[in-house]
Formats: sequence, structure tokens, C-alpha cells
Amino acid sequence: MEQIQFSKEELERYSRHLIIPEFNIEGQRKLKGSSVLVIGSGGLGSPLLLYLAAAGVGRIGIVDFDTVDASNLQRQVLFGIQSVGVAKAVAAKERLASLNPHITLEVHNTKFTSANARDLVRQYDVVADGTDNFPTRYLVNDACVLEDKVNVYASIYRFEGQASVFNELLPDGTRGPNYRDLFPSPPPPGLVPSCAEGGVIGVLPGILGSLQALEVIKVITGVGDTLSGRLFLFDATGFTTRTMKVRKDPRNPLNGEYPTQTELIDYDQFCGIGVPEAQEREVTAIDVHELKAWRDSGKEHVLIDVREPYEFGIAEMGGDLIPLATVVESTTRIPKDVPVVVQCRSGARSAKAIRQLEDVHGYTNLVNLTGGILAWQEHIDPSLARY
Amino acid sequence: MAQLIIPTPLRKFTDGQGIFTEEAATVKDLLAALASQHPGLKPHLFEDSGSLRSFIRVYVGDEDIHALQGEDTVLQANDEVSIIPAIAGGV
Repeated sequence: MEQIQFSKEELERYSRHLIIPEFNIEGQRKLKGSSVLVIGSGGLGSPLLLYLAAAGVGRIGIVDFDTVDASNLQRQVLFGIQSVGVAKAVAAKERLASLNPHITLEVHNTKFTSANARDLVRQYDVVADGTDNFPTRYLVNDACVLEDKVNVYASIYRFEGQASVFNELLPDGTRGPNYRDLFPSPPPPGLVPSCAEGGVIGVLPGILGSLQALEVIKVITGVGDTLSGRLFLFDATGFTTRTMKVRKDPRNPLNGEYPTQTELIDYDQFCGIGVPEAQEREVTAIDVHELKAWRDSGKEHVLIDVREPYEFGIAEMGGDLIPLATVVESTTRIPKDVPVVVQCRSGARSAKAIRQLEDVHGYTNLVNLTGGILAWQEHIDPSLARY
Repeated sequence: MAQLIIPTPLRKFTDGQGIFTEEAATVKDLLAALASQHPGLKPHLFEDSGSLRSFIRVYVGDEDIHALQGEDTVLQANDEVSIIPAIAGGV
């Protein structure tokens, strides 16, 4: 560590670290001498990257394949309106370079996949997971375990957040628990919605991503006790925090007593994504142009909107609002003698509503609106807000 | 009475209720009482075989029930039981 030197500018910049007795110039040297791969530069990745760059981590890799969208700015504080439409990894590097010119920033403008995960992870000392879906969460975890890297983890849902440190090298030479010790397998698709579907309060990833940055710095410097072996939970609605113990599971397929997995797998398949659900039968459907023609010609029909009231408040197309969870009890509002068009955001929930009504009440006059209100916005009424 | 904390993703099955309180001798009894009061929750907590689903952890205090007596863990009067689901959001 002695060979790592600081310029006058750096010493001044990092002085508030240097004067903490437990941190001092040794901690700062460790930061400068280390490298971190941040996967995802969104809600969690924004504060993570800003704080790691500001703190002086010597080399930071940024993995993201997405471009900045206007709906990101509510929480992804790395970006401004000038970044909209720009590749996130590129826009992130620009912003961070202007924050700290003394560090090296590496852009990986690509999707993090089973094909490149181990190569990317191998190039860095610590990994921070700021991704947003189960397949990638398991992929990040497995790549870190297979490459012996620490995985600093956080995830969020609406008002709730979780954080932990996985696979940390412990003083006895073993590794701490990892994500698969905590959750051996993911929930089936559709049970836990993504932020795009479920929404997220913008400050929440700011809080959890900042905690992640803190844990990354602790892992690198060795200052304090990390969240290894513990899961931190934050519920913003009641402002409650809990810290739970996480133990190693001998059945862990990566590094339990009888490991069965020695390489990365197909994580979409592992998470049940793209597997056709045989029991879901097709329903009769029309597209938005046909519905427009019905309306223009005065053809008698009823439109039912099975989304939630808060979605209705963002954009609606004149339907009668009956949320999916209540359709089966709302038959007095759903006639059987005229065509009934059922609509949601993109067409999946409305198909589900139709199946339920057909199965429970024997409806035969229901048709699904293919593509839902999103397709209506795109092709018929561009004045509606997309969400 | 033991208190059960229901996480946000499952509150849509409990009419938004975040805390469930019930006189129950064991974790199993408490979960069964919850599921019988909110039947929509059942498939999200249990496999068809009746075992807890693998993306759900159940804690008594800060300890995983797997490190205690599993679902047979006996509850004390003021125990706080938490259901912790896997969540994945981040952007």
C-alpha cells in the first residue's frame, strides 16, 4: 500500500476521510488501490456510483445496456435532462468524470449476461449489484461466488428495501453467506412486480444505494463490521428497520456441502421466464384499430378497465374501472348481452380477467384489447401519458 | 400475542394490512391463522405440499426459523415474526 501516493489536490479533496482516526490515509490508499464493478446505473447505481467516485475508489466499472428515459429522472440522480436518450453507462461516466478526475472510469455499455458475467467480475475487487430483476440478481450472485468476489447487495420494492454483503472473505478464510443461502430460488414470474410495474418511491433507492456504497467502502477498507451474515430491512412507510441473521445453507448449490453448480446457467429459465404457461388459454381479442372502428361506427359495446385506480389517474380511455382483483364480484357492472371489451395497461391482466369471468360466471361476450392502453396511446391517442 | 409483520409485496392479499396479531402457540399456527383469514395469501406462502416457499424466509426476532425449530418454533407472548420475501427492484 505504501506505493500509492496522493497529489496535493487529492489530499485536499479527501481530507475529511484522512482526519477520521479509524480511516486515515491507509483507508484512502485502500480505496485508491481498489476496483469496483457497479452493475446497473439506475436508482441504486446512481448514489452508489456518485459516492464511490466521490470517495476516491481508484477504478470503477459501470455496466448498463439501457439509455436514459425521462421516467428515470424521478430517482436516478446521476442523470439530467441532457442525458435523456444517451446510453446510461456513457452518461454516468461523463457525470462521474466531472466529479472526480483522479479516478479511472470504465464503461461497459452492454447487458450483463451469463456469457460476459465472469469475465467482467474477474476484473474487479468488489461487485455492487444495482440490478432490477431476479434472473440478473442470481447471475450476479453466482458469478461472484464462482469468481470469489464480494457482492454488495441491495434491492427495493415500493417503500421497502433490503441490503446485505454476500460472499465476503472472512478472517477464517471461508466465505460469508450469499444470495442463494438467503433465497434458494426466486418467486414465480408475476408475483413480485418490477419497479416499472410496481412503482418505487424515488428516495428509497437513494437510501439503499447509499447504504450499498457505505458497505463497499467498509469491505475495501476493513473499517467497521459489514452486513456480511446479516440482512438489513428498511420499511419507509412506518420508518422501521430490522437486521436479520443470514446463515449459510448446506444445500447451497454453489458452495454448500455438496455443490452441484460449477458454472453459470440460463437464469431466465431458472426464474421461469419465457416458459409458456400451458394452462393459460388464449382469449378472443381485438386490436386498438378495431376498437376505434367500433367507436367511430357507434357499434354497441362496453369497455371495462381492470387496472388499479392510481393507474386510471395517469391515463384512461373511457372504460369502467373494475380492478382485476374485484372483477369476479362485479358482475352486475359487466353485461352479458353486448360485446364487452376488457382493457388493462398492456393486455395481460385483461386476459386474466376474461379467463376468470368465463370460468366463474360463464361469460361468452368478452374480448381482450390487445396491447392495452399502451397500444391505444401509441396508435390512436398520443395525447395520453405513457407509464 | 405474537405479532406478524407482512411485507409490502404481500399486503395486497391482506387488504393493505401490515401487521397481523394472533394468539398462536407456534410459527405454524400463526401462519395458518394468517392464511385462513386471508386465503389469497396461501399460494404465496406455501407450496402445494404445505411446505414454505423457497423465496420466503420466516424469522422470529432476528433469527431464521430454520436455525430454530422451523415452523414448530414455539412463540413467546411478545415475539415478532417477520415474513421476508425476495424482492429484486433496483432501477
